[in-house]
Amino acid sequence: MTDSFRRWNRVLLVVFGIMIIVFLVGPSLVIVPMGFTAGQILEFPPSGFSLQWYGKMFADPAWTSGFLNSFEVAVCTAVVASVLGTMAALGIARGRFPGKTIANALILSPLVVPVIVIGIGMFSFFVRFKLTGTLVGMVIAHTALSVPYVVVSVSTSLRSMDRNLEMAAANLGANPWRTFRRITLPLIMPGVFAGALFAFLESWDEVVVSIFMTTTKFRTLPVVMWEQVRQVVDPTVAAVATVLLATTTTVLTLALVVRRQAPVR
Amino acid sequence: MSAPVAVKGRAGRARRGPLISRWGSLAVPLLVLLTAAFLLPMLLIVVRSVTDPADIGAGNYVTFFTNEADMRVLGNTFYIAVICTVACLAVGYPYAYLMAIVPQRVAGIMLVFVLVPFWSSLLVRTFAWEVILRDTGIINTLLLNLKVITEPLPLIRNTFAVILGMSQILLPFMVLPLYSVMQRIDPELTRAAANLGAGPFAAFRRVFVPLSFPGITAGSLLVFVLALGFYITPTILGSARETMISRFIADQVQVRVNWGLASAMAVILMVLTFTVLAIASRFVKLRDVYGALGES
Repeated sequence: MTDSFRRWNRVLLVVFGIMIIVFLVGPSLVIVPMGFTAGQILEFPPSGFSLQWYGKMFADPAWTSGFLNSFEVAVCTAVVASVLGTMAALGIARGRFPGKTIANALILSPLVVPVIVIGIGMFSFFVRFKLTGTLVGMVIAHTALSVPYVVVSVSTSLRSMDRNLEMAAANLGANPWRTFRRITLPLIMPGVFAGALFAFLESWDEVVVSIFMTTTKFRTLPVVMWEQVRQVVDPTVAAVATVLLATTTTVLTLALVVRRQAPVR
Repeated sequence: MSAPVAVKGRAGRARRGPLISRWGSLAVPLLVLLTAAFLLPMLLIVVRSVTDPADIGAGNYVTFFTNEADMRVLGNTFYIAVICTVACLAVGYPYAYLMAIVPQRVAGIMLVFVLVPFWSSLLVRTFAWEVILRDTGIINTLLLNLKVITEPLPLIRNTFAVILGMSQILLPFMVLPLYSVMQRIDPELTRAAANLGAGPFAAFRRVFVPLSFPGITAGSLLVFVLALGFYITPTILGSARETMISRFIADQVQVRVNWGLASAMAVILMVLTFTVLAIASRFVKLRDVYGALGES
């Protein structure tokens, strides 16, 4: 009696789990075929297959420049955030300085302060230095937003690494810099690399702060899309959404694979 | 020789040492950047809320708290955030429970289905809901073609659409803390309860649920606090009646160019956020929740 009750419970739970998975990923997947429609409107199922909307997307300078700007900002953000974030993670894990708890809170707080507050704050501050609508301004803004992911990722790697290896290197005569470069850095590299990819993703998809930090001269892809979505929506937007999703999925897969290959000791 | 990093021998590490150790100095560049590019802008908002227009003092706050329409926006924001939290808990709890009882490999796959949406564009996910829910969207077109309805159902530009979209986007923030707590619950405990004569449901309710309470609290507070700050989703899926505080702030800046009032509202939103987080931090480390977002 109890057994059959349990079994039915399990079956219900599994059905429910599948429904949640559909709820989580289904809506985004629905957009993908809509960008390939041969028709003139956004429809599901799409009527016929065509690349016309991708053609339109690549012919429209608003989309193409948005795409290039986004890519540029995301790559620069990934580089700056992973360098500064790795240094900070090392400093926090091994160093000693006053106000470490506050430093930790400061590093994590961009994750939880509402983006609208960050957006208007950064705009009214950066505009005084003429940094709005520039690559430099956007990279600084996105670095602040994405560096927490790097610090968390590298800290995890640092915690799981065996420090005896460093001591062995030092005992064998390596100086601290050589020890760091030949032993520590390779061991934490998967964490650094995954952190860089997470920083890329955060920058690539960021909308709200970018809405305030960009100008008509320099816009990122999500900002262009945001403006389009609020007006007329044709299948081009579905094509752009697909490009955004495809990039995210590729980079995330890479990040998860890198993390999984982290040497666990 | 190879790089200008300060590692000149192992001189002078006295017992006390300098205020900032050599390793510690590595954190300085990031802290400088965050202070300049994040902390100062936030402080500027606080300053602007009491100095814009000049000599306003607490005037912007008085305006906000005495204006009925403004208070309705605040009430609305709370209402939507609470419903989203309840919805995420109702849906996320069974999902996390399932992750905790299935084999590790299956749980890993289920985790990927939580991580992929977390990292995908919030704008794209909101746009997807618009395409599904609007009058000429997937659901209405299908039902009209099947002649189930003659008029499109009002699925969008209402509270329902906002809550549906936001709950889907926030669900990962509920599942991850729940799962990280449930994972650590010893399955022997519920088995022991069953051996002592508790039915499977009683064992679940009296043993498992109370043990998962830290996860429930952490997930709920996190979802609630993030929901308070939502801007994109309620703006696209809702009507003016679903205006939440973030959209209100954006409108004050972009449409009415009232920086003082916008800043005051931003400060109120920040205070609310940190209050809820301070409560949450008693139950869970924020770092653990975000750390889980990159694991698999």
